[in-house]
Amino acid sequence: MTFNYKNVYLDETSTIAGIYEAEGPLKDYYDKCYKDFYFNEKTFELAEIKLMNESIEILLDKSKKKSTDIDIHISGDLLNQITSSSYTAAKKQIPFIGIYAACSTSTLGLIIASNMINARQVKNAIVSVSSHNCTSEKQFRQPVEYGGPKPKRSTFTVTGAASALLINKPTNIKITSGTLGTVVDLGIKDPFNMGAVMAPAAAKTIYTHLLNTKTKPSDYDMILTGDLGVYGKKILKEYMQKEYNIELGNLQDSACMIYEIDKQEVNAGGSGPACLPLVTYGYILDKMKKKRLKKVLLVATGALLSQALVNEKQTIPAISHAVCLEVCE
Amino acid sequence: MEKTKYHDLVSKNMPKENKVLNCFISFFIGGIMGVIGQLLIDFYSTNLNVSTKEATTFMIVTLVFIGCLFTALGFFDKWVKFAKCGLIIPITGFAHAMMSSALEYRREGLVTGLGANMFKLAGSVIVFGVVSAYIFGILRIIIIGG
Repeated sequence: MTFNYKNVYLDETSTIAGIYEAEGPLKDYYDKCYKDFYFNEKTFELAEIKLMNESIEILLDKSKKKSTDIDIHISGDLLNQITSSSYTAAKKQIPFIGIYAACSTSTLGLIIASNMINARQVKNAIVSVSSHNCTSEKQFRQPVEYGGPKPKRSTFTVTGAASALLINKPTNIKITSGTLGTVVDLGIKDPFNMGAVMAPAAAKTIYTHLLNTKTKPSDYDMILTGDLGVYGKKILKEYMQKEYNIELGNLQDSACMIYEIDKQEVNAGGSGPACLPLVTYGYILDKMKKKRLKKVLLVATGALLSQALVNEKQTIPAISHAVCLEVCE
Repeated sequence: MEKTKYHDLVSKNMPKENKVLNCFISFFIGGIMGVIGQLLIDFYSTNLNVSTKEATTFMIVTLVFIGCLFTALGFFDKWVKFAKCGLIIPITGFAHAMMSSALEYRREGLVTGLGANMFKLAGSVIVFGVVSAYIFGILRIIIIGG
């Protein structure tokens, strides 16, 4: 399902990053970086809530708005019952929709907000996401201090929060279309191999988007996937070629951009809902404002796994949603 | 695309883990751990004037303590990541698993957090350790009569 938008624009964005991201190649593009995992809070969960809360505060500051000026707040994260989002929403008192689409939450949020703005139901909307390496490790994997080795194909959850303000008045970046993906499951059971789980979902969404908007990959300056990682990106390229006969020459993956893969100990790259927006809201938007990139397709990908079903040896389904950003001439 | 074909595509693109090097590192460090254990047994049996059996218990307690302390100080996970089974299979791995769970859940309270979750990783070691001890004990009685 693809939606076309006439009057949805991206106003300000904000990004906060943790230690590993601040040591990565995009360190100069974040609004704020923290030097430890606790952010002066007592627990990792509180740290993640603080991250998301602060990202919204920075966004409101940058756009010179108060929380009462905002019509709707859409956010999501990885934790059970999306607690980081709801606890932030409790502080901010903006009408709130909590969403969960694993690591594809960011683009799902952008699509929902854009639909509401396009339908003139709201004037503006904040879309935020967060993820925290230590809360994710605790929930999905092992205790943080446990050093059991991980395979090279595994990814490293990004610590960070990112928020974007969408409005109905022209700015220099427009959201022109968005595609809601379908859940795809090609039978991968390995929770370390998220790239392979998500690649077919990304391929299907990219194909649907290209078909519905009658465009080719070369019409975009960049097709940016969420968090496939080094190997997931290779799988996507090959799968796209074999299944849909489409060559993705301008494919980039946020997971490979956010860290220095060879130097930092992150195995196949970053992951988590904050991975794509941290790269996009800082680095990509900067390039777009300088007109070096004019049309970018964001394809966030999410593996919809639960620890219980992984332990019960079930396959992992995945989803992907795409959003197209264009520079206004 | 069919699932089997996709699985082939995935396995073709997977990175190769360096199994030979990993085995060598684990074997080497595991060996060093054995030497350290033996030195501790010798140290305790000569200096504290106890039997080898008692000295073995002292050695285990010492290694568990060191494993827990280094985990709590925050650098043991990096050592384990490097040494892999060289530090996981010896008793230090058990201590590390227990301590890291304890640290993780301490904030959720002493009873509901630490107490309930401390054996999250190490619990299966205890359960299957006891089960296999029973099985091998019974086998031993059947085969060599005790």
